Amino acid sequence: MNKILEVRDLSKLYGPGCPQCLELTGPQADTNLCPSCGTVVAMHGVSFDLHEGEILGVMGESGSGKSTVVKSLCFDLAPSSGSAVFYDGAEPFDLFSLNAAKQRWLRNHRFGTVYQDPRQGLNFNITAGGNIAERLLMSDVADYGAIRMRAKELLARMEVLLSRVDDLPRNFSGGMRQRVQIAKALATRPPLLFLDEVTSGLDLSVQARILDLILEIQQELKTAMVVITHDLGVIRLLTDRALVMKYGRIIESGLTDQILEDPQHAFTQRLVASAL
Amino acid sequence: MSQAPGKPAADIYNFGFLDEYAKKEVRRAILKAIAIPGYQVPYASREMPMGRGYGTGGLQLTLSLVGPGEVVKVIDQGSDDSVNAVSMREFIEMTCPGTTTTTVTAEASLIQSRHRIPELPLTSEQVLVLQVPYSDPLVEIEAYEAKRKTMHGEGDYSRLLVKLYEDIVKFDEITISNRYPTRINGHYVIDPSPIPRWDVPKLNQSQALILFGAGREKKIYAVPPHTPTEPLAFSDVPFRVEDFRQADGSRRPCARCGARDSFLDEFISDSGATVHQCSDSDWCQARLEGSEA
Repeated sequence: MNKILEVRDLSKLYGPGCPQCLELTGPQADTNLCPSCGTVVAMHGVSFDLHEGEILGVMGESGSGKSTVVKSLCFDLAPSSGSAVFYDGAEPFDLFSLNAAKQRWLRNHRFGTVYQDPRQGLNFNITAGGNIAERLLMSDVADYGAIRMRAKELLARMEVLLSRVDDLPRNFSGGMRQRVQIAKALATRPPLLFLDEVTSGLDLSVQARILDLILEIQQELKTAMVVITHDLGVIRLLTDRALVMKYGRIIESGLTDQILEDPQHAFTQRLVASAL
Repeated sequence: MSQAPGKPAADIYNFGFLDEYAKKEVRRAILKAIAIPGYQVPYASREMPMGRGYGTGGLQLTLSLVGPGEVVKVIDQGSDDSVNAVSMREFIEMTCPGTTTTTVTAEASLIQSRHRIPELPLTSEQVLVLQVPYSDPLVEIEAYEAKRKTMHGEGDYSRLLVKLYEDIVKFDEITISNRYPTRINGHYVIDPSPIPRWDVPKLNQSQALILFGAGREKKIYAVPPHTPTEPLAFSDVPFRVEDFRQADGSRRPCARCGARDSFLDEFISDSGATVHQCSDSDWCQARLEGSEA
């Protein structure tokens, strides 16, 4: 399998920073707030590789920095240091040295992002079909019939009734909004998809169906995915490999089964034990 | 406007009402607008002796361009006889000694218009100034100007096209009747002022320089002569102009001159009947005089 994403030493600090910041924060210090200068070390030294068609899970408690990783990779946040290379076929893109226009192009054409809150991913003032059309129009598809057909195809694939294609997402249930959001993210067939807590706040049966759909999509399209969650069930069902984060650092990484069956770090052991 | 007793207007006002510095700034903005077709050039819109929204942007362009010997025509929704058009013509006559005004499109060298482009094809000797209430076509979909500038810079008009998509979904056709978003020279999309769809094709490869002035929004932009322009549309749902079809499918004629190739205004006559008549009063009059001759 070819590598699609290579992340090295990604860091994000909120505050002035001081020479002691990194020493005085982290899992050992049991805080990510520097007592010396008040800087919040949201993420430090995050490195991982992602291959084509692979699903990588990032788990951890609230405030552990897992969303910061995804926000940095989809250009919502500028990292303080580190690098990330996205391989689009044979062409490498050094994500953080690209200009803003190229970053937006990548985000609109080659990346898909599904947020926990559908309001971030969907425009509630336009129809479900219009939301998908927006993404296709960004990719210079200029044929109304083709756009309409693709929107219907995607919504049908995500099990949204075709009679609702021209309804506003604000009139949809939470699960349906998430399915429309996933359909929108997949409209341009991106090779890389970021899923940030996509099933949080949904009831268990809806969660299960959405996770099944994500798996089916991954098997059909071979889309690489980074799945952010604090739910070990999601990690177990979806991911091949996983990272565990605490206070902005990766404390454990490896195959998902290995991490869940035989956790090495005390925090991961507690996390796994508490979920059982 | 009152005049000091015993003094001619020329002694009271600077030529063209605006001070020389203001005119120079507007001319520089015009040059930049011509150099970058469709780009909205900001400028320091001056207070004028009329309220914002009455054509202050267009008037500032006109007063910056006008010189002795110029022949100026002012159109208000196709008509030369409305209060606004007459008042502006009088103002230009008063503050620009040596210029003359006309209602005949062919005679004019500088035409200021609100909401219409004349039916008579303009020549390379003419300049058309359009009054613009809202300069940015993206304002309806993006509230922040900084983001709009980025979208213009990157030519990202996908959200404007989504509006057209939603129109077709709801009404089976694009229902924008005026201010139709139009791409200039393959990049910037402009709000061509509230001209009807009928007038949008006249922007394409126009012989005349077309300038847009938004006084309230403090923006100037231009469609230079011989510039390709293209209304936003889908490849399978093309742009179309008003067809003025009657119930029997034939094209409605002008009730006054009988023209079947002009933009028509609809109004209720004194007798209560619905009447359609050429919107461009000079075009209508010229056809009448031509047929009488």
